[in-house]
Amino acid sequence: MPVKRANKTPMPERPAGIRSHDFREVNEGYSLAHAAFEAERCLRCQDPVCIEGCPVGIPIPDFIHAVAAGDLPGAARQLREANPLPAICGRVCPQESQCEMLCHMVKRFRPVAIGHLERYVADWERMETPLPEPRTPTRAEKIAVIGAGPAGLVCAGELARLGYAVTVYEALHAPGGVLRYGIPEFRLPKEILDWEIEVLRRLGVEIVCNVIIGKTLTLDALFDDYGFAAVFVGTGAGLPAFLGIPGENLNGVFSANEFLTRINLMRAYDFPAADTPLKVGRRVAVIGAGNTAMDAIRSAMRMGAEEALIVYRRSEKEMSARVEEYHHAIEEGVQFNWLTNPIEILGDKEGWVTGLKCQRMRLGEPDASGRARPVPIEGSEFVLPVDNVVLAIGTTPNPLLIKTASGLETTRRGCLVAEETTGQTSRRRIYAGGDAVTGAATVILAAGAGKRAARAIHADLSGEH
Amino acid sequence: MPTIVEKRVLTPITKLFRVEAPLIARSARPGQFLIVRVREGGERIPLTIADYDAATGLVTIVVQEVGATTRRLGALEPGETILDMVGPLGNAIELAPGGHVVGVGGGFGSAALLCLMRALRRRGDHTTIVMGARRADLLLLVDELRAVCDHLELCTDDGSVGFKGFVTQRLQQLIDGDSPRRPDHVVAIGPMPMMRAVAETTRPTGIPTLVSMDPVMIDGTGMCGGCRITVGGEVKFACVDGPCFDAHRVDFDEAMRRTKMYVREQEAALQRLETEGICHAG
Repeated sequence: MPVKRANKTPMPERPAGIRSHDFREVNEGYSLAHAAFEAERCLRCQDPVCIEGCPVGIPIPDFIHAVAAGDLPGAARQLREANPLPAICGRVCPQESQCEMLCHMVKRFRPVAIGHLERYVADWERMETPLPEPRTPTRAEKIAVIGAGPAGLVCAGELARLGYAVTVYEALHAPGGVLRYGIPEFRLPKEILDWEIEVLRRLGVEIVCNVIIGKTLTLDALFDDYGFAAVFVGTGAGLPAFLGIPGENLNGVFSANEFLTRINLMRAYDFPAADTPLKVGRRVAVIGAGNTAMDAIRSAMRMGAEEALIVYRRSEKEMSARVEEYHHAIEEGVQFNWLTNPIEILGDKEGWVTGLKCQRMRLGEPDASGRARPVPIEGSEFVLPVDNVVLAIGTTPNPLLIKTASGLETTRRGCLVAEETTGQTSRRRIYAGGDAVTGAATVILAAGAGKRAARAIHADLSGEH
Repeated sequence: MPTIVEKRVLTPITKLFRVEAPLIARSARPGQFLIVRVREGGERIPLTIADYDAATGLVTIVVQEVGATTRRLGALEPGETILDMVGPLGNAIELAPGGHVVGVGGGFGSAALLCLMRALRRRGDHTTIVMGARRADLLLLVDELRAVCDHLELCTDDGSVGFKGFVTQRLQQLIDGDSPRRPDHVVAIGPMPMMRAVAETTRPTGIPTLVSMDPVMIDGTGMCGGCRITVGGEVKFACVDGPCFDAHRVDFDEAMRRTKMYVREQEAALQRLETEGICHAG
């Protein structure tokens, strides 16, 4: 029977003063006792609306009941059938605005810690069950997946399970996309990503790195020369936005993409044992307040910054970061400058950043996004002395592939046009999903799109549904 | 993995490699570049494609050993593989056909004129290469470059061969009439100070001039934005908008400053390499 407890079983985490100096994971994960204790809080509602909040429809109460009953293999099976990346999503999903927001407990108490339980079950599966036996394709058709990020990996996994021969083409030297270059080790250990990729390889998925479709090979060549029956495009939203303010090209200004890629993909924290450097000064300002901004500012601290500042033109309420990342950032000593609009980056004679000129804002009427529009306060300019400025103000889809492929319809913002339920693009046998279609969004939405596209490709090729 | 099939030592610190990379060899065009990584934990560095041959599947790169990564690369031998190689990246050089194209090469940048000038000459352009070095023995690939153009002009600082002086001085003479045809296009590939000097030489003449920029970059696909360059007041990414830009509009002050961002780290890495030596297993 459900046990009424107001609060979530807290996630064990490493102390802020220690963890903010290294890249090891912040959250330590539930023990079996924690998991069983938390699973008992689930009310077993008649109408489990939490499922509606999950982009991939995980049977949430079922897997939680399995945990409560001590049936971890059953829980793992139910999770993985719905979500091919549970260990990753359990760590990076914004549960508070998805499943946990709809949990009936929220009316009076804190929701069931669905994300923490998902992570627990997925970690149990990774640690306690053997890797699947290597499989070979059972179907004749070959399918190409472009981009080894969350959308592409999930699509590839689903297709391999259906028996197709799948080849994933990745532009970088290692697979994972944003899970590899974007999300830091302290939030998502690479070991987990490597394990998920090993599972895919065992399912028969071939991953070819260092191939850029649109440069190394054309999209058409995949059909004409390589004989792929269908293609899934999961090229993400990798193009960083800049503000266009004076001083953005000063030395010491980075896009969050560059800053995080140097650290995550290139291991700049290991310089000079690893070869890629990253110069982080004493005071770092990150502009923006999404998850990428939190990742960047917390990484800056771990790279040695003594003062870590978030600069955001809106207020705390409009911030898009996961609440857990926000809390972790506060605990680690990140300073938040709300309603602060950067207007110029200042530099010294040698061209190095010395400061960020800002202007105070106040909230006005709602804008097109429905959020209160920030309005400048006249005469409120001031300078934050900083050594680095990192821009985490968003990304857009990379046009490399689209520019070289004919017949692929895009929106005005450069996103691929694809049917929501199938991922079908404007070209036959070409499907797309993830950030390349939606613009920068979440891992779980990309995973869901990859899965739906895999099923649509299967239906298209086999006539089965 | 791309295997090295041929290595030539052009100068003590400049090595030429012919590498098996059939996909790149098939899709490469003059002016494009590739990115290599030579060991686990290694950095990604951009290298201009000097030459390519779709038939043999070979790509030619020329490397000057200026940092730890280029030193490690320079130490590789035929039969060994380059850990990661991706390309071709960037845009091909596009010039209106039928003109007189002067390719100006400095240092190891001259090598990139190989495929460009051959392609231009084949389609009927008039082609001249002006290449320079401090001394005769530092001039690279002289015979190969002579074979791909109509005129080869050599320049040395000490006059040990060819014209005594800088490539820009010889270029000025060509523009002033010491050439069968006035140049219609100039393409400069080499160290940034040289490219800047070429830009200043042709600026008063209005001769369209391209320079091949090689700023610091990571992915080479527009993702990091580290290769930002200001061209005509607009910010461009060298990797996807370039690497060649209108020389008269490039902000060289900024570009040169940005290439110095990691000078101290590069020196530290080089020193470490010198004390530890190159470990082939690693």
